[in-house]
Amino acid sequence: MSKKAVNDEILHDHNNDGIDRRGFLKCMAWAGTGAFCVIKGGVLNSYSLSKLSEIGPSEAAGELSFVQISDSHMGFNKPANPDVVGTLKAAIDKVNGLATPPQFMLHTGDISHLSKPEEFDTVDQILKGSVAKDVFFVPGEHDLLNDDGKQYLERYGKGTKGAGWYSFDKKGVHFIGLVNVLNLKAGGLGTLGHEQLEWMEDDVKHLKSSTPIVVFAHIPLWSVYPEWGWGTEDSAQALAYLKKFGSVTVLNGHIHQTMQKVEGKVTFHTAASTAFPQPAPGKADSPGPMKVPADQLRGILGITDVNYVRGQHALAVVDSNLG
Amino acid sequence: MKRYLCILAFATSAVAVALLASGPKSLAAGAPQAAAATVEVKIDNFSFGPAELKVSAGTTVTWINRDDIPHTVVSTPDPKVFKSKVLDTDEKFSFTFSKPGTYPYFCSIHPKMTGKVIVQ
Repeated sequence: MSKKAVNDEILHDHNNDGIDRRGFLKCMAWAGTGAFCVIKGGVLNSYSLSKLSEIGPSEAAGELSFVQISDSHMGFNKPANPDVVGTLKAAIDKVNGLATPPQFMLHTGDISHLSKPEEFDTVDQILKGSVAKDVFFVPGEHDLLNDDGKQYLERYGKGTKGAGWYSFDKKGVHFIGLVNVLNLKAGGLGTLGHEQLEWMEDDVKHLKSSTPIVVFAHIPLWSVYPEWGWGTEDSAQALAYLKKFGSVTVLNGHIHQTMQKVEGKVTFHTAASTAFPQPAPGKADSPGPMKVPADQLRGILGITDVNYVRGQHALAVVDSNLG
Repeated sequence: MKRYLCILAFATSAVAVALLASGPKSLAAGAPQAAAATVEVKIDNFSFGPAELKVSAGTTVTWINRDDIPHTVVSTPDPKVFKSKVLDTDEKFSFTFSKPGTYPYFCSIHPKMTGKVIVQ
């Protein structure tokens, strides 16, 4: 990655909403290497993560701060990472070391590797060490094995509907947790299903269009790489219900690498795993665990820090690695 | 010599009767695999190998997971003809196909992985 200028002023404001798409995309592309983008007063400011301590909490914080972690795969023990406990603990250490303490965490699924009770127990135990005590989960396909999600719901389903979908509000931001990993059809992609889509339409119907929306689900809600099942077959319907909103952030996991896409007022983002990386789309025969030299592993695992500044459109989404 | 030939003829016809009694399928050459006890399907690299398997009725198919990620073996249509628990690396699942037909299946964790057993 080449070095870029620290401050980018708005050059092209096509939508008259104070956001320079090209500048934002440039900034998002740096995010994987630890850049921090804050949109304040319509101006996109970017700082490298190492300079974060010089910025000061008020400038970086905004109104709402939370962290997304994903794909902890507790129970995985193959060469790609024989110590998923250690890397999850390192992720929590990273969370605890953030300049702005997050108010809560989202876990976008594949909490466990084989849906074993002790795997869920271990993750719960490690997450207790986070400064952010509240964790909001959505399941991955590895969390619903053998019992179609019955155990998952017993553990994390309080207040949720159906297979575990729900919504909640924090500081005026509306969060929607979706489940797209149940009832997968042969040859198919992730699926939300009719019942969940109807619930979602109803859930957002009465919200003001100025309400910032955060949607989180395991499998990407945009078509990252259908050949590997990296997409959701009926996500277009879900996104149609969110058309009226001025700011929509979609946070996903499943692919074990960070990826971003901006489409109009919707920003899509996938998180790294805390357990093991997977190859970039099409760069291997299959999307399985990718072995890297031991000293490089923690550089490809990571957490995602999200900040919202009231009055600004997009949330600032920043990835940082563990090593 | 005569007696020996007699015994040989009797033995031969006895064997022939036995073969005929067990049905024409086991005499078929070349086509689907003969009613072997077990046929193996290897799961590796997010795929079933062979993806399409032809066996004769009564064969037991055993799937063995050689991948470094868990998979399942689930028949595609509802109601499910067979459905394995999750198979971690080196775990197996077996099913005996007694009725002829075509049995498509997939991995319910990674639904892009599909296979087929054709029972004749």
